[in-house]
Amino acid sequence: MALKGFAGFAIRKISAAVLTIFAIVCFNFVLFRIIPGDPVRLMFRDPRVSAHKIQEMYDKFGLGGSVWDQFVAYLRQLFLHGDLGYSFARRAPVLEVIADKMPQTFLLVLTALVIALVVGTLLGAISGWKTGTRLDSTIITVSLTLYSIPIFVIGIIILMILSFYLGIFPLGGMETIGAGLTGWAYWKDVLWHMFLPTCAIIVWYAGEYIIVTRNSMQDVLDQDYIISARAKGIKEFSVLTRHALRNAILPVVTITGLNVAFAISGVIEAETVFAWPGMGRLVYGSVMSRDYPVLQGLFLIFAVIVVIANLAIDLIYGKVDPRVTVGGGQ
Amino acid sequence: MSGLLKRLQGLRKLLKLLLTHSMGRVGVVIFVILGIVVIFGPFLRTVDPMRTGVLQNILQPPSSQFWFGTDHLARDVWSQTLYGARIALLVGFTAAAVTTAFGTLVGLVSGYFGGKIDEVLMRIVDFFMMLPYLPLMIVFAAVLGPSIWNIIFVIGITYWPFTARVIRSQVLSLKERAFVEASRSVGASDSLLMFGEIMPNVVPLMFAEAVLMVTNAIYAEAVLAFLGLGDVSTMSWGIMLHYAYESGLMSMAPWWVIPPIACICATILAFTFLGTAVSDIMKPGYREARGL
Repeated sequence: MALKGFAGFAIRKISAAVLTIFAIVCFNFVLFRIIPGDPVRLMFRDPRVSAHKIQEMYDKFGLGGSVWDQFVAYLRQLFLHGDLGYSFARRAPVLEVIADKMPQTFLLVLTALVIALVVGTLLGAISGWKTGTRLDSTIITVSLTLYSIPIFVIGIIILMILSFYLGIFPLGGMETIGAGLTGWAYWKDVLWHMFLPTCAIIVWYAGEYIIVTRNSMQDVLDQDYIISARAKGIKEFSVLTRHALRNAILPVVTITGLNVAFAISGVIEAETVFAWPGMGRLVYGSVMSRDYPVLQGLFLIFAVIVVIANLAIDLIYGKVDPRVTVGGGQ
Repeated sequence: MSGLLKRLQGLRKLLKLLLTHSMGRVGVVIFVILGIVVIFGPFLRTVDPMRTGVLQNILQPPSSQFWFGTDHLARDVWSQTLYGARIALLVGFTAAAVTTAFGTLVGLVSGYFGGKIDEVLMRIVDFFMMLPYLPLMIVFAAVLGPSIWNIIFVIGITYWPFTARVIRSQVLSLKERAFVEASRSVGASDSLLMFGEIMPNVVPLMFAEAVLMVTNAIYAEAVLAFLGLGDVSTMSWGIMLHYAYESGLMSMAPWWVIPPIACICATILAFTFLGTAVSDIMKPGYREARGL
């Protein structure tokens, strides 16, 4: 390698990520050309539609010409104009349709991720500290159980109990329709709607953080520096928070990056159950209306998010831990 | 014949070991119940789960006629639940078998040959592992169309890289061992070395991976079916929940929702427990500690 150290490491990682994204773009193109049937024919079965009009539609959806022409047009549209195509069902540019749903999804995911991270790490640390006790086995059993169950099942259970029977929370959506709330009242309404989907996601994500923190905490607590810290007479609480937890938290950072794919899967399920108007619900809506361009666009955006998140974690790690940047970066 | 007998004895030994593990016990019990339901389903007072009933039978609560009540098309929820077990196990086992077989093949070839072949295969594996798995399954299922075999294919194509990676790393260490060297020195071919010498040694790992894959596959089928990508000519637990959710009548008919939820949870937990138990009892020292 010509470039040593962090710069070389960063360039290798970034070029690998760019290559992966290009491969995803190609993969995405191929995937959606193997659809059986002709979407334009399906949409315009009326014999009165003129051949000219149909040709116009083929062009609009990027389905005209040979496969190679389509591929070149697809790449040009995507990279030069940021154009992801045109939605069959919503009759609007795909990018517009998706961009419209992005903020809601980020609001939901980031809130849930932060809370899950804090709660999961704390419970995991307690569990690792109290290894072998009743408290530890309860935490581990409950989190393993919740983590294995599909999030949409958790969601339906929560929805049935808290919304249908107890009526404490709304049945879904993001705001009370037609309430015309503004300012603080509006945000209070949104928070109220957000509560259940956020809880469902937290319950699911936290499981993994608990298990990882617990294992890492157990390893750390056996280390010599913990023993010497205790021998110095430092208070147990201080040993745990300032010496043990700080070191035990590193693996948690790694899985946060790796788990973006996992987070996306959880969001699709949770948004569907709670009718949260984000990208996950859009996946469901597009599946139901067989809106392939939107599905294609969503897949591309999700995949790019995963690649970028992994790249970011890699780079942060390279910065934090110089050992990573040595060698082939594998 | 003696080979079959030996294999049966091996299974008995495995079962005995599983029963010494507390999670393994729970897993085995649920698995046996599922097996009974799948085999004897038609004799357990079931009707065609897809057959719609008359108007006055719509959304009936549990009764002596309909043990678990009826759905929005007056279909028998008890029969749907029992038939759902068939779909769950069919998808679970078939998809796990496909995934494990393909992943093992790629892992074996990649680890055994190394070099350029390994590099190319591992690039492909890394690429697939990078893709967000649920959106990948959704687009594949949407493009290919709803059928049980497509769902199995979709699950296989999503999860094989994980198996391939695990198997490859095992093969990398196995191929350096003396017994492989010995075989090679007497002129054994590559395929004999791969399948005759190395593969028998990765079987325990394959088995542990396969158990894990069954869980993943059952989970994936439930999610895809719930999202409306299930095979509507069959009745699975995910499809039951999809209909209940889509109809908007879920709150009026808890008997329609509770059985599939309970079954999905029980089945997934059973295989998760079995997976944990299998990987525990394969750890060195487990048998010795219990004097087995």
